Amino acid sequence: MTHNYKNINYPNMQLIGLVALRVLIGWHFLYEGLVKVINPNWSSAGYLMDSQGFLAGFYQSLATNQSVLPVVDFMNMWGLMAIGLGLILGCFSRIALSGGIILLLFYYLSHPPFVGLKYSLPMEGSYLIVNKNLIEMAALIVLLLFPTSKIVGIDRLIFRRKNK
Amino acid sequence: MEQENKPEGPSNNRHGNIDRREILKGLATVPVLGALFYGWYRKQKFDNLLKTAIREEVKLMDDNPAYNRTVSNERQIRLGIIGTGGRGRSLLKAAGFLRPELIDEYIEGAKNDKSDTRYAEFLDQPDLNVVVNGLCDIYDLNAEKGLNACANPKRTGTKDEVSKRPTRYKNYKELLAAEDIDAVIIATPDHWHGTITIKAAKAGKHVYCEKPMTWTVPETYEVVKAVNENNIVFQLGHQNRQTESFFKAKEAYEKGLLGPVNLVEVTTNRNDPEGAWVYAIDKEASRNNIDWEQFIGPAPYHDFSLERFFRWRCWWDYSTGLSGDLFTHEFDAMNQILGLGIPNSAVASGGIYFYKDGRSVPDVLQQVFEYPDRDLTLIYSASLSSNKMRGKMIMGHDAYMEVDNDLKIYADSGSTKYKDKISSGVIDPSLPLYSFTPGAKHVDAITSATEQYFASRGLLYTYRGGKRVDTSHLHIKDWLDCIRGGGKPSCNVEEGFEEAITAHMGTIALRENRKVYWDADKKLIV
Repeated sequence: MTHNYKNINYPNMQLIGLVALRVLIGWHFLYEGLVKVINPNWSSAGYLMDSQGFLAGFYQSLATNQSVLPVVDFMNMWGLMAIGLGLILGCFSRIALSGGIILLLFYYLSHPPFVGLKYSLPMEGSYLIVNKNLIEMAALIVLLLFPTSKIVGIDRLIFRRKNK
Repeated sequence: MEQENKPEGPSNNRHGNIDRREILKGLATVPVLGALFYGWYRKQKFDNLLKTAIREEVKLMDDNPAYNRTVSNERQIRLGIIGTGGRGRSLLKAAGFLRPELIDEYIEGAKNDKSDTRYAEFLDQPDLNVVVNGLCDIYDLNAEKGLNACANPKRTGTKDEVSKRPTRYKNYKELLAAEDIDAVIIATPDHWHGTITIKAAKAGKHVYCEKPMTWTVPETYEVVKAVNENNIVFQLGHQNRQTESFFKAKEAYEKGLLGPVNLVEVTTNRNDPEGAWVYAIDKEASRNNIDWEQFIGPAPYHDFSLERFFRWRCWWDYSTGLSGDLFTHEFDAMNQILGLGIPNSAVASGGIYFYKDGRSVPDVLQQVFEYPDRDLTLIYSASLSSNKMRGKMIMGHDAYMEVDNDLKIYADSGSTKYKDKISSGVIDPSLPLYSFTPGAKHVDAITSATEQYFASRGLLYTYRGGKRVDTSHLHIKDWLDCIRGGGKPSCNVEEGFEEAITAHMGTIALRENRKVYWDADKKLIV
């Protein structure tokens, strides 16, 4: 998946579409991070304990280990913030996109909408196998394959000299 | 669409400097950040406005309740314990004594499962500077377990050395006569609570007695008299008195958040044999290691029965039924929060509907208590064959409160007090006006169904400064603090009198199938 950015070019409307998608997902991440950072009582413990599916034991062990839980909480809060900023600003986009994909995969696997699994935390829609986490993850993969940050984004300035 | 966008290209000037177009493209999305932060700022401002408006209304402290009492525990208190069955040994643990075998189990548990924090929590439990010098249990195996716990003040496992075991007394009267005992913990079956408390008080020993305070009405008066006349420190074992959320609930009620309260509903729901008092019968237990005559004591005589010995809560002969065993927890919590006192009247009904195992106490019970002076009805509703969780509900005209280990207050849609704020959208009746969740950042692992029940009712543990603590430990500490430094324990004999009389009124109403009244002037149940 090594791209030669020099050869990437998009017609205007495609570029606008891709950048818009990047910024919207970035907004979502950044705001999710913000609300967690400003809430002193926020913890991922309840969410992790609600995990179902074949990895439930792993997620629950994260929640019940009092030395691991703060790390998970920290990575969630600041990871979401950093990814959000990266996507909106187009700054170190590849890292932000990869981080976002991993994070969403974690979320998806902790609460997979598979047949027969029931969650105590309410879902805001109806899902079967595919949910919004999976779709957002797919969208980030698309953005990884169709990078825009070196056209519109701070990466344009950062990688300018290197690529020259 | 014809124009193509490339990362590098004609926009770079020859000298390699970044020109204006470059910078614009690089920073094109920065305004989005501005928009997000502006939106966030507006939202915060709006939320804060709501919060401030609600806080003005609520006027509750955001912080946890403060605990001011500091008593030096320099003076060691010498304890005796009567009854070292399950509950008695829990109280020993709360006082700092646990069998080495159990410590081994805790250590092993923590090794295999990181969420098993029993060992760390027990080590963390502050030292109360007490020693157990005497123990009395009429069943050898329970006595043995108790003696091993008492001989382990250092909280170590079986590999380590233990201290001297306390004296085991075969009869409680001998224990009460011992010179080297200042205070006793009573954790016998219900039919012995009053008798032993009275004798202990007369012997000048301070008393921590399990609930309910008494088994019969007449001994209730005698307990009060003996405690007061002998000037001892008495604590009744309602550890809910230490539960953090109940302090907040009391504060909220006293500040008038709920408006006039006319109906209070408390409940018991359990649905497993242990929750219905069908406890396991030890294989080793027999006529040879149980002092049956002493077990019977004030109760009507019955031939030796292991079932009756282990499952005594199922018979009126030794038990006080749902009213004395489980309603008292609920009543005392309401007495703590609302200051209810003794009701004017009681009616009750119920039956043995599920556990048709030869028991004489009902497994389904409803009791209704009237407080005309307070314009209030207290309802108790219990089933031992359904786990449907129903919180303690205090219903006011302006708001209702649901309180257990956490606390939630919701404005009522028909409230007079909050009418303006509800119609202007500041207060949303579907969202809590106030909520208090102690220790919100922790996950609590509770093992058995009955334990879960007690935990959910705020009876197993609470929080101090965000840390989980055994409520019974705090309750024993409260008692010891008063022995050392004076003052009244949080559930002293006056509250105990109200608890016992109220529970007895419910039981009499049930068993005699009539409405029972409290004559407040004569201090008599009529």
